[in-house]
Amino acid sequence: MSSSGPTPPGKPQVKALNCPGCGATLTVRSFGNAITIVCDSCHSILDAKDPNLQILQKFKVATGEYQPLIPLGTRGKIRGADYEVIGFERRTIQVDGIPYSWHEYVLFNPYKGFRYLTEYNGHWNDTSILKALPTVQKYTSAPTVKYLGETYKHFQTAKAETSFVLGEFPWQVRVGESAEVTDYVSPPRVLSSEQTGTEVTWSMGEYMSGKDVWTAFRLRGDPPEAVGVYENQPSPLSSDTKTIWLAFAAFLLVLVVMMIGFDLLARNEQVFSGSYKFDSREHAEASFVTDDFELKGHTSNVEVDTSTDLNNRWIYVNYALINEETGQAFDFGREVSYYHGYDSDGSWSEGGQNDSVAVPSVPPGRYYLRVEPEGDPGYGVTYYTVTVKRDVPQYSFYGLALLALLAPAVLLTWRTLSFEHLRWAESDHPPIKLGNSDDD
Amino acid sequence: MTQPAGTCPNCGAKIVFRWSSSVQTVCEYCKSILVRTDVDLQKVGQVADLPPDSSPIQVGTEGTYNHKGFVAIGRIIYEYEQGSWNEWHLMLNDGTSGWLSDAQDEYAVSFAAPGRKLPEAGQCQVGQSFMWDNQRYDVTTLTAAHYRGVQGELPFQYWDKEDVTFVDLRSETGKFATIDYSDEKPALYLGEMVEFEELALKNLRTFEGWS
Repeated sequence: MSSSGPTPPGKPQVKALNCPGCGATLTVRSFGNAITIVCDSCHSILDAKDPNLQILQKFKVATGEYQPLIPLGTRGKIRGADYEVIGFERRTIQVDGIPYSWHEYVLFNPYKGFRYLTEYNGHWNDTSILKALPTVQKYTSAPTVKYLGETYKHFQTAKAETSFVLGEFPWQVRVGESAEVTDYVSPPRVLSSEQTGTEVTWSMGEYMSGKDVWTAFRLRGDPPEAVGVYENQPSPLSSDTKTIWLAFAAFLLVLVVMMIGFDLLARNEQVFSGSYKFDSREHAEASFVTDDFELKGHTSNVEVDTSTDLNNRWIYVNYALINEETGQAFDFGREVSYYHGYDSDGSWSEGGQNDSVAVPSVPPGRYYLRVEPEGDPGYGVTYYTVTVKRDVPQYSFYGLALLALLAPAVLLTWRTLSFEHLRWAESDHPPIKLGNSDDD
Repeated sequence: MTQPAGTCPNCGAKIVFRWSSSVQTVCEYCKSILVRTDVDLQKVGQVADLPPDSSPIQVGTEGTYNHKGFVAIGRIIYEYEQGSWNEWHLMLNDGTSGWLSDAQDEYAVSFAAPGRKLPEAGQCQVGQSFMWDNQRYDVTTLTAAHYRGVQGELPFQYWDKEDVTFVDLRSETGKFATIDYSDEKPALYLGEMVEFEELALKNLRTFEGWS
């Protein structure tokens, strides 16, 4: 087009018009894309396509004004593009006779068109109209929708009535009109179908926190606090559950490898064994010391086994593992008792004839044991054998480690499940029948 | 490519065709609708003032689709009960022509798909499915539209229409189809919904207060 030629179409401008109902100034922000405009002074709904702005409906505000949290005309950045808030509506559904209302903000960019922000109880969704067709599988017990390879679960179907409107809309809006709204969720996304007559409009919302909305629109103050769990609110934990179970599996593998490795590497070497006789009737000091023995290798554990021929008796053995060179002593006492019998419930037994204890972190060197058995003076003779083993693999550590790893994973999973429980409790498919509880 | 040219039989202004296959154009000065014959240009009608419109696209807007550059060289404007929309006629750099529809800033690119079996006018219902080129399309809307105006170059004569029925179809993969019942023989266009930024458009209109 040459510059001296025809006049190019004028630059679309923000128009100022006057409401035919009350004369108040109307600002038209969507450059001719609006279908209806609502005068915020007299609540006349006007035909934006008519140069005379014919009044289509006048509505009364029964319960007072609803002020949008983001004022009309505010611009914000959504997914990198500027959008201006040009319309606001309040919609209400009835569930078991209780009204629930949410708000929708119409956002506009002259190049990218319309998007919507919805807000319910402090939960926000960034919503746009679908470009492809979703597939509804409605003849199953729990209907689902497939959209671009993702499955969405039916959450709720309700009749939504428009109860308050403000600003511009790219469709014919009327107060009191209703549509059947069905939500299908796959957090953080929700697919919604709105049906009026035969026309069905599908949109997709993605959960947004109030904080992100406030940042996007540079709003002052704090967003209203989100109440409860919203239908498509991503669980703050669910991604972590997967991670934690993966981590658990990884640690479990490490544990098993460690167990096998240490088992193979452990010296597991018997360094001393001696058999003794203890006569509890003798009043003389029963204490004695063993021959010395060599504990080789690095600092590791020492297992002391006590095996006896006890029968409905006990002995108590005071041990001291003493380093010959340094005099360093490891003191420990072991009770060995074995009782058994027969009663009305059948045979029973308690304890055992053998005992085993691991003394951790014993440095290498020459050692001997000091042994001091005690027993009931009436028992008489007990034969017992003391065996000392160096560097014996200990399995109880692995059991404890397993528990320590399992606990957080189980806890997190449980918390995630309770979050999902709260989510679905508000749906048409509550996980359990709630009695006549009056919490919402 | 030589640009065929001529003069407007109504006002004498120079008429240049950007696309050699254009059949119709509108004189930018006197808004006469001109149809090319073998010999010269014939005035067949006059465009009334175009409605104020808010499409960011204009004649001369360039973009890219499927790795092919294109330029918008003309359009048809339709009105229906929910407003108006534009069918921009695109000339692609491989010499073919296509359409970019802009309805309230929702965009779809489509191409004429002749030779497919089409339902007769009045036989389509919302929800009905059709298969073309191994792709299933579901009827989503039936639109009763009015022809509102033309601008620039078109690949066919289009100036004496009044009421036009369109059947829009979508697929589960984002494909788009439309059946145009404005002629005796229905015409099918196949394409897809596109995002504004995918088209990498240049030479767009500017909007007061927006950059």
